[in-house]
Amino acid sequence: MTVLQPVRKTPHFADTQIEMAHGAGGIASRRLVEGLIGSYLSNPILQTFADAATISVNGSNVATTADGFVVKPLRFPGGSIGELAVNGTLNDLAVSAAKPIALMATLILEAGLPTSTLESEVEAMAIAARKAGVCIVGGDTKVVEHGKADGMYVSTFGIGLVDGRVRIDAASIQPGDRILLSGPIGAHGITILLARGELDLQADLVSDTRPVWPFVSALMDRCASGVRWMRDPTRGGVATSLNELVRGTAYGVALYEDCVPMHDAVRGACELLGLDPLHIANEGQFLAVVAAEHADAALAAVRGVAGGEEAILIGEVRAEPKQRVIGINGYGGTRVIDMLVGDPLPRIC
Amino acid sequence: MCLAIPGQIVEIAEKEPLARVNVGGVTRNVNVGLLDDGAVAPGDWILIHVGFALSKIDEGQAHDQLRMLRAMGEDGLAIEEVRGYRFAEPSQ
Amino acid sequence: MKYVDEFRDAGIISGVAREIARTAKPSRLYRIMEVCGGHTHSIYRHGLRDVLPANIELVHGPGCPVCVLPTGRVDDGLAIAARENVILTCFGDMMRVPGTKGTPLELKARGADIRMVYSPLDALRIAASNPEKHVCFFAIGFETTAPSTALTILRAQELGVNNFSVFCNHVTIVPAMRAILDSPDMRIDGFVGPGHVSSITGCRPYEFIARDYGKPVVVSGFEPLDILESILLILRQLDAGEARVENQYKRIVPWEGNPPALMALARVFELRPYFEWRGLGFISQSALSIKPDFAGFDAEKLFNVPGVRVTDPRGAQCGEVLKGVLKPPQCKLFGTECNPEHPVGALMVSSEGACAAYYRYAMHASAVEA
Ligand code: SF4
Repeated sequence: MTVLQPVRKTPHFADTQIEMAHGAGGIASRRLVEGLIGSYLSNPILQTFADAATISVNGSNVATTADGFVVKPLRFPGGSIGELAVNGTLNDLAVSAAKPIALMATLILEAGLPTSTLESEVEAMAIAARKAGVCIVGGDTKVVEHGKADGMYVSTFGIGLVDGRVRIDAASIQPGDRILLSGPIGAHGITILLARGELDLQADLVSDTRPVWPFVSALMDRCASGVRWMRDPTRGGVATSLNELVRGTAYGVALYEDCVPMHDAVRGACELLGLDPLHIANEGQFLAVVAAEHADAALAAVRGVAGGEEAILIGEVRAEPKQRVIGINGYGGTRVIDMLVGDPLPRIC
Repeated sequence: MCLAIPGQIVEIAEKEPLARVNVGGVTRNVNVGLLDDGAVAPGDWILIHVGFALSKIDEGQAHDQLRMLRAMGEDGLAIEEVRGYRFAEPSQ
Repeated sequence: MKYVDEFRDAGIISGVAREIARTAKPSRLYRIMEVCGGHTHSIYRHGLRDVLPANIELVHGPGCPVCVLPTGRVDDGLAIAARENVILTCFGDMMRVPGTKGTPLELKARGADIRMVYSPLDALRIAASNPEKHVCFFAIGFETTAPSTALTILRAQELGVNNFSVFCNHVTIVPAMRAILDSPDMRIDGFVGPGHVSSITGCRPYEFIARDYGKPVVVSGFEPLDILESILLILRQLDAGEARVENQYKRIVPWEGNPPALMALARVFELRPYFEWRGLGFISQSALSIKPDFAGFDAEKLFNVPGVRVTDPRGAQCGEVLKGVLKPPQCKLFGTECNPEHPVGALMVSSEGACAAYYRYAMHASAVEA
């Protein structure tokens, strides 16, 4: 295994305290991770700030990822924290083109948590892992005082074997490449928002949480050489993922806004609350940049897997405007699609 | 200013001036106390702002407006000018 | 979604855009102010600039409640939140507006109990379910929002909820429009008028603008087709040498407004002699306060708020931008010290604020780093 030398850089993080925004997955999260954490822990692998870190072990490329889950409420329509922890970790590996091998999970439990709740979450983890064909091979359990955690938190570590046929690299994207999206956006974020009950809104909507590996694997089998980049657009949504894609490149992305699929209820909730669906979290979707000549095959491959029927091409890489994501609507109107700033807050007046 | 959005009344409460309203599949209780008593019924569309109905939407007015605007476009064959969704040729 | 999708129809929009291009005389410049932040937001959100001729200049108006709230009032509200046993509730829009000691979100992170609500009635519900606490609602907004606050206060009285109060910052749009019209650097040809405010007030309050100032006002909806049609109606008036109040938003706005809502306003509120607006200074009779009959619900009376006046940060030119005298990038702080993540002025906070909208839109080429 390669021995990595830490490179110490000067921290560049001026905020005096941690806010919720630093965990929301947008610009503030990026500043925290790169400006403070990255400056102390800096090394060539961390520097890529990818979903998973690839290390080479005796000639094999191994993808590793760590994730934390603090969702409230613990159970929500379509999923729960345990299930989310497994799928979320697996998805970070999948979009790094890595076939998952094993997971570890640490449970942080609040004193007073009903055993039945814990049991159903552990069961949910077991079911999700079994479905994905991986084992949870280790972990840790800690209990904190009552009032110090929202029931339970889950922290995970995942490991997978990188598929040698693809090279996931934002720097390899080219103007003309297509952006593929696996299905309707925003279902997870809106489901959670409604499940908290604070807004008194109801909808027939479930989280999209699911493993994306079956789609990714079909995509790679069909056109491995055409796949340039993948990402699961979780916190911060599609807008944030695409901005992260272009910021390190010399190109931009044009998004055909009216093509982006979403459930009616996601759209309704976003209109009502003044939110941008492109900023809302997803837990069962992925974005892929695919070479134009492979785009139709890629789409067919994802659509051919059950649950991938709504996959669609939503845009393309363009030479201009550089490092920006632009939305284009049906009559040629354009807007800049920015990263999420802070938490998505309902706009009311 | 003042984000307000159309929704359709699903049902009206008996005692309070409250209506259950559907906005694209999302439902919420909306206070209809700013409208005249009996002004709205299930099936009607209202404009919602901060949980209150500001006004009942006049379907006829909306219809007339759209018909007039549509006619404006047709004579200019504007539809042909609709841009967007034009993917570039694959780069070689 | 009915009443939304039809008004975003690409084919019809292109048709109306062509009609605008045909109507606009290439020889002259049209300066049109969209009064509402909601219009500003919609114009950027839907890329309407791209379908308008270059000689139509859109000037962003003052109709953004958080934008016009002066820092002193934010501080006053946050002083209430800092008290023992108080839950301060506000709309999501307020959460990132900077006061002298930070934004509501930052204060919340430091432990203050500040909660976001969707409706003032939600704040009342929080009060009913937390009888041991006092719940204050930080009320902002124009005539659109004020009736909802009025009804909530009436409801609180009816239910006998006595741990609930309102910190009233409701303002009225007409005096602000008059202030802009009286401003010596005024250079606006016509107004895309407030749609949702007018659903309450009706269209009459703008008649003086047409009569005394000779400027067309078209009360407008917020969807792309509404805004484009309103611009077209303004162009037609200008070309015909007319100045009238027109109602483009007939599906929502009755000419006479909403009588029950106006009655609720009159029952609960009275006009303040004057009120400070960010950037526009003190404007007489431009804001509402809670009538003495409802003093028990008036946070200003209950809490004796400091009532400080805070000058805007040095270099901030929010006032000039609000009046339409400067474009956002002409402010010295734009994009450098002031950006959406670290807003100096409130115009950079709300997605309806001219600066925030402009920042997102106009940064096509230059990658300004936060
Ligand atoms: S850039 Fe900031 S300081 Fe300048 S006018 Fe806009 S909001 Fe105010």
